[in-house]
Amino acid sequence: MMPLAPTHPSCEAAQRETASRLTRFLLPIGIFIVLVGFLAVGLNLNPREVPSPLVGKPAPAFELPLLHQPDKRFVPSDMRGKVWLLNVWASWCASCRDEHPLLVELSRNGVLPILGLNYKDKDEDAQRWLKKFGDPYQLSVVDADGRIGIDYGVYGVPETYLIDAEGVIRFKQIGPVTSELLQQKILPLAKALQK
Amino acid sequence: MRHWLLVFFMSVAVNVSATEKSDLDTEQRVRQIEEKLRCLVCQNQSLADSNAELAGDLRRQVRDQVAAGRSDTEILDFMVQRYGDFVLYEPPFKSTTLLLWIGPFVLLAAAALTLLAALRRRRGAAEEPALDPEGKRVVERVLAPLRKHDEGA
Amino acid sequence: MIPELGHFALIVALAIALVQGTLPFLGAAKKIPGLVAVARPAAQGQFVFVAIAFGCLAWAFYSNDFSVLNVATNSNSRLPAPYRIAATWGSHEGSLLLWVMMLSLWMLAVSVFSRSLPQEMLARILGVMGLIAVGFLSFMLFTSNPFERLLPAAADGRDLNPLLQDPGMVFHPPMLYMGYVGFSVAFAFAIAALIDGRLDATWARWSRPWTTAAWVFLTIGIALGSFWAYYELGWGGWWFWDPVENASFMPWLIGTALIHSLAVTEKRGAFKSWTVLLAIVAFSLSLLGTFLVRSGVLTSVHAFATDPKRGVFILGFLALVVGGSLALYAWRASKVSPGGMFELLSRESMLLANSVLLIVACAAVLLGTLYPLFLDALGMGKISVGPPYFESVFAPLMAPAILLAGIGPLVAWRKGDGTEVLRRLRWTAIIVLAAALFVPLLFGRWALLTSFGLLLAFWILGGALTALIVRLRSRTGITSAFAGMLLAHAGIGVFVIGVTLVKSYETERDIRMQPGDTAGLGGYSFRFDGVREVSGPNYAAARGTITVLRDGQTVAQLAPEKRVYLVQRNPMTEAAIDAGISRDVYVALGEAVGNDAWTVRVHIKPFIRWIWIGCLMMAFGGVLAASDRRYRIAARRQDDASGADASVMRSGAA
Repeated sequence: MMPLAPTHPSCEAAQRETASRLTRFLLPIGIFIVLVGFLAVGLNLNPREVPSPLVGKPAPAFELPLLHQPDKRFVPSDMRGKVWLLNVWASWCASCRDEHPLLVELSRNGVLPILGLNYKDKDEDAQRWLKKFGDPYQLSVVDADGRIGIDYGVYGVPETYLIDAEGVIRFKQIGPVTSELLQQKILPLAKALQK
Repeated sequence: MRHWLLVFFMSVAVNVSATEKSDLDTEQRVRQIEEKLRCLVCQNQSLADSNAELAGDLRRQVRDQVAAGRSDTEILDFMVQRYGDFVLYEPPFKSTTLLLWIGPFVLLAAAALTLLAALRRRRGAAEEPALDPEGKRVVERVLAPLRKHDEGA
Repeated sequence: MIPELGHFALIVALAIALVQGTLPFLGAAKKIPGLVAVARPAAQGQFVFVAIAFGCLAWAFYSNDFSVLNVATNSNSRLPAPYRIAATWGSHEGSLLLWVMMLSLWMLAVSVFSRSLPQEMLARILGVMGLIAVGFLSFMLFTSNPFERLLPAAADGRDLNPLLQDPGMVFHPPMLYMGYVGFSVAFAFAIAALIDGRLDATWARWSRPWTTAAWVFLTIGIALGSFWAYYELGWGGWWFWDPVENASFMPWLIGTALIHSLAVTEKRGAFKSWTVLLAIVAFSLSLLGTFLVRSGVLTSVHAFATDPKRGVFILGFLALVVGGSLALYAWRASKVSPGGMFELLSRESMLLANSVLLIVACAAVLLGTLYPLFLDALGMGKISVGPPYFESVFAPLMAPAILLAGIGPLVAWRKGDGTEVLRRLRWTAIIVLAAALFVPLLFGRWALLTSFGLLLAFWILGGALTALIVRLRSRTGITSAFAGMLLAHAGIGVFVIGVTLVKSYETERDIRMQPGDTAGLGGYSFRFDGVREVSGPNYAAARGTITVLRDGQTVAQLAPEKRVYLVQRNPMTEAAIDAGISRDVYVALGEAVGNDAWTVRVHIKPFIRWIWIGCLMMAFGGVLAASDRRYRIAARRQDDASGADASVMRSGAA
């Protein structure tokens, strides 16, 4: 009976054939291993967080009325020479209440001046809120329509910015400030900047 | 005199309809820009579709800037400066996204070439040896019932 | 009591799964018939206990047992009965139980409808499925117990998300999971074949109907999801390239490549290792999708609440299953000899090209979905990839595939006759081109992209029709499989028509209206007749009345609503649609803007229903194909033995 098998290619070609076959069969698992690596790293990341492109850039300028003295105005350059925190807050914001006690305590230590940006709020509600929960702010400015918030890339209150003596944003926290964050990131950075 | 009056009214008419048309065009332009931006609160929707409050604020910004005569690129840049590349609904074309944009087509080209090469190689490698008449008859007998099958799906 | 019974049933099911996943493999390897015979009863036993567990959870929901944490978190006493039952799978834990339920259903089916399979092969197939069940059952029992108690019991529940209180919730997840999980059968067949060494055309014949069935369910599941989003979400979209949507679409794309590849392996014994790889990849994508939805790695409206521990577990399971199977593939598939010969122009090469295009398209979707993660992980910034990317990349990749699908059925196996194909398609091509150029004019606006989309659609329809005519003329007779193929291809054409026409000609307006105001769009008039307060079983709503007129005649009275559900209190838009074959008129309420005025959004969506009709046609095509006579013949025919397998790999031989 005549064999129906195909003619065997030369030895060298067979070796090349085997080599390319091996790569072909190892390729899927190779790709998969890389993919799993990325997914594993991804487990520790937060896909919803939008990091700010303003870190390392000068804090955007503005001129806004003060919450407690509406006829007075504040501009960020008033704080030149000092390292300070700008905290975006509102009376309607539930998570702001979570971080507020920390801010009140921080203001008592006098280590770092905290200024508030009252975002899309009503003056009476804001003042009442501060009276109820304490006022850690050296002063609060009123951003009634949220335009300054947009300039600062605010998308989810509360947000906090650490600004240095030259008026450059050095750090931004999205969401409430926690005590670990204060101890491990914000305070050490502020201290380094104050030198 | 009548000529001038006619020209005047016609130009007013043209102007009015031009304004109406340009109002519609502005609307369309505003909407197009809003569709190129992502809502940061409802992160799966474009700025045009989202009901979030921030989306409303940002849409107002876009509208004001279009009215102020800024170009599409300037408005998109405005947003990116404040929120980063994330705010673009369509990822930008830069060095870090090169793989994203070109990848699929490079893959297609590579796959097509590999496919062609593999097909040619397969054709070249398997040359059946000539059969003697006895062998041919055996093959025919075996393959005959299959020929009917060949036409099927 | 009942929740504890359910919990216990899951533990028993896990024990059975452990047995099912080990003994049959041992029996098949050592040729011990007693152990091999364990597979069938184990699979059936597992089905019984998982069904008991599922029944217990469903009962807890139906009977408002708020001492079960899952029920208290996802249900409410005022929730209508169908939704109380659907809430069983409305949470992470519940949907896992649904997953395992579907897996055990498929296991049961395989154990019943497999009389013609060799016992060792069946043992290995059920063994693989048993191991998968072990993974999911352990995951549930150790990290996501649906029967966890809440003591003291809550007085009432936190209600099911209002968006899910809809018939869509009753059908979409079960269909989708039947599909997702169904690919585990093809996967199990592939793994069994790799272990066994028997990778031939007969294997493909067994595997094919199971794969097609899973594909049919997945098609229906995805189509239902799209349709549901369309009428539920209130802004008229039907596909958003959301990560979770992509997670279901990718297995579908590979599944489609797989059923085409199986056709070649069955008929010609070719593409064997390719088919096996596709089967592994399809199920791997199902598992990947399960990971993506629950791990918090990507943002999505569909994502379940996340917990890092769960993410790690699933990733580990994924790595084990997929890594293991790809390693097995690398080791064993290289020993498979290539199958039958074929020319550059042949049915085989067309189907291979189809596979390649679908895989590249799937890779593109995967790339777009994961790219933000890649960049973030490498610290290279944060971007987002939205619909504009997917649309500009996916469509150009799919276009050649659709063109090939119009030609493919006309090309002969092994060696196609180019001139013959061209001759047969000559008239088709002319008519299709003319129609594609002309039809847009009927809508009043001609655009190149519209014409091109229609060209693709008409081409695949024309190709199918031509193939039908050729077959009728040849008097060979039309098999179920052939009819199924034509119907499915036609379905693609109908789908593309729907997508092209909707995208090209849909219109909308956002208008502020007082009661009595009229607005026009697309030849229709919309009269706003005011809004009144109504209440439903568990919600309060503002219901608007909008009368739609055309040429003075009333076409429809639509009642869009703005609902506030009593428990969760998020406002929800319920759109009102006047459906039609040639267009949908879609109306939604916006906001109340004072003095009885409201903002109203009206849309006209031409031919949008064709999108889902096309999907249904595809699904029916699949049903026809899977029910072909030749799969139901129990006895092996003599010519099968000398059939298409020109090369059979014998275990042990080099």
